[in-house]
Amino acid sequence: MKPAERMKIPRQSMPEQEAGERARNFQEVNTGLAREAARLEAQRCLRCKNAKCIAGCPVGIDIPAFIEAVAEGDLDKAAAVLYEANALPGITGRVCPQETQCEVRCIRVGKGEPVAIGYLERFVADWARESRKEGGAPPRPTGKNVAVVGGGPAGLTCAGELAKKGHSVTIFEALHKVGGVLVYGIPEFRLPKSIISQEVAGLEALGVRIVCNTVVGQTVTIDELLGAEGFDVVFIANGAGLPVFLGIPGENLLGVYSANEYLTRVNLMGAFSFPACETPVLSSAEAVVVGGGNTAMDAVRTARRLGADPATLVYRRSREEMPARIEEVKHAEQEGVQFQMLANPVEILGDEDGWVRAVRCVRMELGEPDESGRRRPIAVADSEFEVPCQVLIEAVGTRANPVLTQTTPDLATNRWGYIEIDDNHMTSIRGVFAGGDIVRGAATVILAMGDGKQAAEAIDRYLAGKRASMADETA
Amino acid sequence: MFLIREARWLAKDVRWLVVESPRIAARHRAGHFVIVRPVENSERIPLTVADADRVGGTITLVVQRVGATTTRLCALERGDSILDVVGPLGKPTEIRNFGHAVLVGGGVGTAVIHPQAIALKQAGNRVSAIIGGRSRDYVILEEELSAVCDAVYPCTDDGSYGYAGLVTGKLAELIGDSAEQVGVVLTAGPVAMMKAVAALTRTPGIPTIASLNPIMVDGTGMCGGCRVMIEGTMMFACVDGPEFDAHKVDFDELNNRLRAYRAQEKASLEHLCRLGLNRSMD
Ligand SMILES: Cc1cc2nc3c(=O)[nH]c(=O)nc-3n(C[C@H](O)[C@H](O)[C@H](O)COP(=O)(O)OP(=O)(O)OC[C@H]3O[C@@H](n4cnc5c(N)ncnc54)[C@H](O)[C@@H]3O)c2cc1C
Ligand SMILES: Cc1cc2nc3c(=O)[nH]c(=O)nc-3n(C[C@H](O)[C@H](O)[C@H](O)COP(=O)(O)OP(=O)(O)OC[C@H]3O[C@@H](n4cnc5c(N)ncnc54)[C@H](O)[C@@H]3O)c2cc1C
Ligand code: SF4
Ligand code: SF4
Ligand code: FES
Repeated sequence: MKPAERMKIPRQSMPEQEAGERARNFQEVNTGLAREAARLEAQRCLRCKNAKCIAGCPVGIDIPAFIEAVAEGDLDKAAAVLYEANALPGITGRVCPQETQCEVRCIRVGKGEPVAIGYLERFVADWARESRKEGGAPPRPTGKNVAVVGGGPAGLTCAGELAKKGHSVTIFEALHKVGGVLVYGIPEFRLPKSIISQEVAGLEALGVRIVCNTVVGQTVTIDELLGAEGFDVVFIANGAGLPVFLGIPGENLLGVYSANEYLTRVNLMGAFSFPACETPVLSSAEAVVVGGGNTAMDAVRTARRLGADPATLVYRRSREEMPARIEEVKHAEQEGVQFQMLANPVEILGDEDGWVRAVRCVRMELGEPDESGRRRPIAVADSEFEVPCQVLIEAVGTRANPVLTQTTPDLATNRWGYIEIDDNHMTSIRGVFAGGDIVRGAATVILAMGDGKQAAEAIDRYLAGKRASMADETA
Repeated sequence: MFLIREARWLAKDVRWLVVESPRIAARHRAGHFVIVRPVENSERIPLTVADADRVGGTITLVVQRVGATTTRLCALERGDSILDVVGPLGKPTEIRNFGHAVLVGGGVGTAVIHPQAIALKQAGNRVSAIIGGRSRDYVILEEELSAVCDAVYPCTDDGSYGYAGLVTGKLAELIGDSAEQVGVVLTAGPVAMMKAVAALTRTPGIPTIASLNPIMVDGTGMCGGCRVMIEGTMMFACVDGPEFDAHKVDFDELNNRLRAYRAQEKASLEHLCRLGLNRSMD
């Protein structure tokens, strides 16, 4: 096929549940490309010699190679290329911000729409989960033990890579289930939990041991893991889950939530099927969510599904500055979410009985760009207005959770409490490595996975060195 | 799965459970709590570790039946198990020699003061415990506390046993008695009781620590649902507490936040009844 012919094929659209329908259920919104659509989409790729898209992917997937295999109908090969660089493509294909990573660099952006790399990645991963058999002999055991703290994307990836190299790996997870934000934060309608459980089952098949209900720092310390528990290495990937509150009056009224609490109740604890699942969540006639990121979008779309009408998003900058994935913003809008842009909450108002009744906001306008390059919002004088609501959810960011670092005083952290590492992902304690949000601050799934992978390589080198030096000592 | 090694009734609707959990037993100190999830689909709820046996690898939980989750727990027998138990959570009680330490426990809050009494005694304190219940049947752990404390004062609202009246009445007596010289007060129980204790010790300036019981979900600092206001500053009870300077706590707000799910709690219990799961208690 000639490039000109490829250029003529329009970008395939993702089939999705109808907006009115899906705003009332928790099933996945995107239903996935059909085989023919995937083949057509794959043919849109120009197979660039110097493919710019690859540089946009934090784990460096050979994008043209996997897409070419899709075009040729060799899905086994496509999957092999994907899994070579990325252990969880079924997840990243769904949640990566493609528009700022791989797709934005696609050469076709100049003349229309980029190749739908994310859709194709998801297509191949979904096919592989159903049809592909893991081959190859199990690796030879190295006799080395690695403890992974936290079962989010960084921890899961690191565990998988190390297990493939023959190390014996144990994941210690604080909650009763692994997955991190993937299970407690990102809702079912965006990332079905069955995908995560299948990936986790895959890890267990590789020999990874999963120990839940263990808060490292409380149930067991890093010192104990390296000492009595017999681990040679610890990889810390406990995320940055501590929710930040706005610090305005009225935050302790009934009906005010952090997005983490709201989403955890609904996703991890299944509150959408209360009382069959016994954890309650407050539903409301009117809900307001404060924030503009993926978390805010997930919370407001969840509120909508729990019956909020209207479900309103309040954000202090304008739509262009919202950090959420573009697709989520579009989906939210289709589902009837109301947007109050350039508005900042200043006080949450309650009724005489201690429940939220409204949020008072002030209008904002955009001034000069700040350090992040985004235009700084400034309050407009005398512009206050109220938005009525019975549930108010704050999705205004998270910070490093101090539980582990407080009980591990030797672990060097920066002034925000994030763990400091060297070029090899090693912390200030020898044999203790770290990655993901606890190092970077709240970032993305793929960056956390990239850290997990790089750290696994560094850990493998470290363990090899340890073996070598031990051989020296005995020689 | 966490095996129940022992289960018995301490009082009406108050169950004593000894649970196998070697890691938690090994690290437990007074003031710690755990979060449990009895079965798939049930809630995660916090419970104080009332005692720990390092050698036997068990912890003791004292559970008062109030809603669906505690009903499930109270139905457990020896040989059954709890699906998830995580801990020890929270900061341990600050233990040192205060001279004379007075512990004030109301209802199931008495379970919280039990390990505190042991630790304070070991640190060389003179330890008195004031424990309250509605009537004689509701006074719990008197024997266990008597084994470690210098004095135990049971109190009943209806006067059926011990001191007739509220625990604060007895506490006022002790504070008023110049021979007693109270160095610290630690309290756990219903919010109204802890508030009254704090009010009583404020004027004489006796340091007072309250163990707070807000609604929790994860217990690891991730959700912020357990937030409490301490002298105007927001704290997360699961990681910054659960014990705080009682003179700085906004008890009214804590009380208000505990009401959040009244309607749902009722629905949940009714649902459980329909499933016939609470039959064993009737
Ligand atoms: C609601 C929401 C939506 C998001 N949407 C997107 C999206 O669409 N795309 C995207 O790329 N990114 C998204 N993100 C960001 C992304 O999820 C995170 O950057 C990523 O999950 C970080 O991975 P991690 O492995 O570092 O940590 P986490 O996913 O936070 O996992 C950390 C794990 O460690 C456990 N843990 C914590 N402390 C301890 C301890 N002391 N001992 C043992 N275990 C512990 C936690 O319980 C958790 O399971 C979203 C985040 C949120 C909150
Ligand atoms: C640190 C701490 C230690 C505690 N120790 C004990 C103990 O040793 N023994 C004991 O019997 N109880 C203890 N509690 C209280 C116990 O957690 C609640 O009674 C229990 O959660 C009620 O659950 P339920 O489903 O049976 O009742 P529900 O019907 O859900 O609620 C009944 C009452 O419990 C409160 N409550 C509901 N859910 C929670 C939750 N997730 N966390 C906290 N409170 C909740 C509600 O405000 C309501 O007043 C403690 C609480 C905390 C925070
Ligand atoms: S992992 Fe993410 S950034 Fe990389 S190719 Fe896939 S969707 Fe793009
Ligand atoms: S830049 Fe676009 S067209 Fe070129 S190889 Fe990458 S996906 Fe294909
Ligand atoms: S219970 Fe979630 S932060 Fe304390």
